[in-house]
Amino acid sequence: MHELGIANSLLEAIQAELLRHAGARVQRVGLRVGELSGVDPEALRFCFECLVKESPFEPLPLDIEFRPRQQTCRACDRTFPVVDYNTICPSCGDDGTECTSGTELELSYLELEEL
Amino acid sequence: MTTRVPMERKVLNENDRIAAELRARFQARGILCLNLISSPGAGKTTLLERTLRTSNRQARVAVLTGDIQTDNDAQRLAGFGFPVQQITTGGTCHLNAQMISKALEQWNLDELEILFIENVGNLVCPSSYDLGEDAKIVLLSVTEGEDKPLKYPSIFFKSELLVITKTDLLPYVPFDLARAKENARRINPGIEILELSCLTGAGLDAWQKWVAGRGKRACAEEAAR
Repeated sequence: MHELGIANSLLEAIQAELLRHAGARVQRVGLRVGELSGVDPEALRFCFECLVKESPFEPLPLDIEFRPRQQTCRACDRTFPVVDYNTICPSCGDDGTECTSGTELELSYLELEEL
Repeated sequence: MTTRVPMERKVLNENDRIAAELRARFQARGILCLNLISSPGAGKTTLLERTLRTSNRQARVAVLTGDIQTDNDAQRLAGFGFPVQQITTGGTCHLNAQMISKALEQWNLDELEILFIENVGNLVCPSSYDLGEDAKIVLLSVTEGEDKPLKYPSIFFKSELLVITKTDLLPYVPFDLARAKENARRINPGIEILELSCLTGAGLDAWQKWVAGRGKRACAEEAAR
């Protein structure tokens, strides 16, 4: 249960970005959370709402885009979603695939209102 | 007017920045840093006790051990003649890069070759935090379920090595060793696996060899850079 710490880091990241957009007010936050990130999206949303409440940021809706695990085949370059833990390439049967999506924990966008 | 501004910024980028600094400091000195992660009671401290006990006195090994409360683990590990430091997080369920950086201020890194970090007992949160390590190592004891890799995929995905501990108990517990390994490989096909018992000593040689080999590999990688 480290989502409160993650939510706090998210708020710090937003504050750091706002320094580069002087005079803007943040209206909405976009976040990408991967299946393998070790973060529970709903627990994170709950913690984020607690931190934002009664802060200068309130209200601040959080859009969470959940990213399932994807592998890319080194032999044929096919990218495919991992179903039932199967990481073998469905096109060419090669097992030399690498994880190319699913570990994200990223601030993807801010919606800013210029004041 | 409202505009959507793309960010592409990692949420933990402050942690990752400090971790990258640590990694650069370790690499510059040829230090192998290993981050040990498991659920509470899987045997991280016991494995480190056995490792220190059998290490050459001249070996330049040090341990940072993390817990929410108490310095019991540091006390257990202190008697072997190697530098040991407790990090007490006071409630935080994982170590972060800043804690490691602060603890290392106490030591001269030029005197180290291997740094073991014993994370807080927890299979979830430590997986999110880079500590500047060369490799994460996950421990799983045979008294736990063989489905742990499927339940906690993040840490098994990010670990280079799985150490299955307490194998002396295998005759007494319904633990399916083959299934446990299969589950770990379903999450991470490339994961290396060792089995050992700190009680009987079975498998400890292979563990010591793995650590020594990983240290050489880290040096070779540094030399090739």
